Amino acid sequence: MFAMTTGKQSEAAIIARILAGEKELFHELIRPYERMVYLTAFSVLKNETEAEDAAQVAVINAYRHLASFRRDAKFSTWLVTIALNEARQKLRRDKRAVLESIEETTEESEGDYTPAFLTDWREIPLEALERKELREALQKAVTELPDHYRRVFSLRDLQEMSIQETAEALNMAPGLVKTQLRRARIMLQKKLVPFLKTTPPAQRGWFRRAR
Amino acid sequence: MKLDCKHVWGYISDYIDDSVEAGVREDIERHLEHCEICSAILDSTRNILILTADKRTFEVPVGFSEKLHRRLEEEIKQERKPDEN
Repeated sequence: MFAMTTGKQSEAAIIARILAGEKELFHELIRPYERMVYLTAFSVLKNETEAEDAAQVAVINAYRHLASFRRDAKFSTWLVTIALNEARQKLRRDKRAVLESIEETTEESEGDYTPAFLTDWREIPLEALERKELREALQKAVTELPDHYRRVFSLRDLQEMSIQETAEALNMAPGLVKTQLRRARIMLQKKLVPFLKTTPPAQRGWFRRAR
Repeated sequence: MKLDCKHVWGYISDYIDDSVEAGVREDIERHLEHCEICSAILDSTRNILILTADKRTFEVPVGFSEKLHRRLEEEIKQERKPDEN
């Protein structure tokens, strides 16, 4: 399938063909990034319907402005930037920006960035991580993160962009991305550990992140 | 250098991202070998990140892709027939 085999080279070729008039190819160009665009919008808007709408507008904007895409940039990062812009504009239109900017300036010094202890993590079975309640608890915890931490966390850990790409898309210094990511991860660990502790021990087994 | 737990917590995020210097990495690993608490914090954080990246945890709404491509199709068609607008 196209999406599976697309490298940067062929992606550049597809973009060139679209710009030369094969407009229908934009459907294929965008397909591997749909989820990313949606999740980016969701990280700002925290609402499914609004995020869906913003994601659609972002994709249409990307289509309209494809000629302004720089060849040396990464297409996914460019798209994420467009999605962020659209979601932020939507937020502003909904007059929620006031609240957000207050949060941005005050939150930096707030909070306790100490992780939660648990000594029995190794007892937590694989099934526990497969449970629906845990996924829901995680969704809720991510939604409840302070806005700027959630954006960094969403790009880096949910959409699995690199620190550098995250920094570029959010127009932040990589060092700040790392700091905010560190805090976001600790906040989530803290919120989810008490939840995991209620899990009755069963068989062992757990995954490791391959990186 | 011998690290205490508090130092290790500060490094856990970067450690997971493999962005700590080799020397510090060794110090962290030496600490983790004997510290159950920090090992558990590392494992739990890592597992939360695995769960986060799992596509079933954060799903796109049903019908999202179809609606998106329909809207894109309209945009492409509209552009092709500017006289008819």
